[in-house]
Amino acid sequence: MDGVHDLGGKHGFGPIDYDTKLPPLHEKWQETAFALMIATVALMRNHTADAYRHSVERMRPSHYFAATYYERVLTGVATLLVERGVVTHAELEARAGGTFPLALPVADNPMADLPPQPKQRFIVGQQVRVLDFHPRGHTRAPGFCRGRRGTVLHVAPPFTFPDASAHDGLQRKEHTYHVEFTAQELWGSDGGMNESVVVDLWDCYLEGVE
Amino acid sequence: MERSEPAPIAARAEAVRSAIIDKGILTAEAFDGVVHLGTEEWKPENGARVVARAWTDPAFRARLLQDGTAACAELGYSGAEGHYIVALEDTPERHNVIVCTQCSCTAWPVLGLPPDWYKSPEYRARVAREPRGVLRELGLDLGEDIAIRVWETSAETRYMVIPVRPEGTDGWSEDELAALVSREALIGTALADRPPQD
Repeated sequence: MDGVHDLGGKHGFGPIDYDTKLPPLHEKWQETAFALMIATVALMRNHTADAYRHSVERMRPSHYFAATYYERVLTGVATLLVERGVVTHAELEARAGGTFPLALPVADNPMADLPPQPKQRFIVGQQVRVLDFHPRGHTRAPGFCRGRRGTVLHVAPPFTFPDASAHDGLQRKEHTYHVEFTAQELWGSDGGMNESVVVDLWDCYLEGVE
Repeated sequence: MERSEPAPIAARAEAVRSAIIDKGILTAEAFDGVVHLGTEEWKPENGARVVARAWTDPAFRARLLQDGTAACAELGYSGAEGHYIVALEDTPERHNVIVCTQCSCTAWPVLGLPPDWYKSPEYRARVAREPRGVLRELGLDLGEDIAIRVWETSAETRYMVIPVRPEGTDGWSEDELAALVSREALIGTALADRPPQD
């Protein structure tokens, strides 16, 4: 989905609060949210994190940005547990003693029609272009590289295709490729000199370029 | 319908935890085990050890660059979010930095869970577009002649950076070298620390 989670390259963000001393889990409830995320991923079909990631992406944009990371984790996990019938929303609110905002539902027809690519189609050094596709559901092709042309640096083994896995679609695995895009290709004349971005992309996201 | 303010976040977390445990889906002990992994087992000291070994053992360095997953497993570092680890070696000419723009993935077994700054919308939005400026803002001023590669953790590959070994560390032990490698150096927003000057 072209959601607010797809942040790469977006303008308007200010300075980074660069606290290098703070431990990743620094409040007790964050430990709980983290462990719940692991447990919930283990409950999902395919045991992948894709449905979980999508549950976070489906949060209302205003809630997504107001929440800290582990509030997003907790919201996504609770949404999945309610959607899968493990617990009801009413029970969670009763246990919490107040309202418990969840993410919005999965879109209709969430998957793009990308044909499976079970065989490795590209090699190191090859020029590829990312398809300009816009599924309403989960995808891991960042918006900033769609339609852009890059060079394959590395071929990774086949991994579960997230666009399908997140929606309990047909289980399929495809190679992923580390594709390097120059800053100018991604950001035009605004791109810095001597800078590039490498994106890890599933085979069916790509097409060959002469 | 008027909706009141959400229940406090700690109460919401406990609501889900208690529901999961009461329904027998997970025991309290299993819960604690997962938290232990996240807080005690997966940590950047592991990645620092990998880097120090690569700096001192050329054969290990070659294996790490060839198959990062297997090389990290040699030192006992493997598991969730570390099923395909690729080590990125900095050189005097090229600097590597890692991000996950869409969520906040890191190689848990060697980097640990991601720090707050890495998960911030500001870092996720900005580092792919303006890496040189972001790194400068974070205290790492790279010259224009140094190429910067930003690695977007969009699929299952999990990255770690092997920073350049600082000068003045000839003959140092693996323990001494590992102490120079911070979590931020493994992500690429910092270099390895320089040895203290006499």
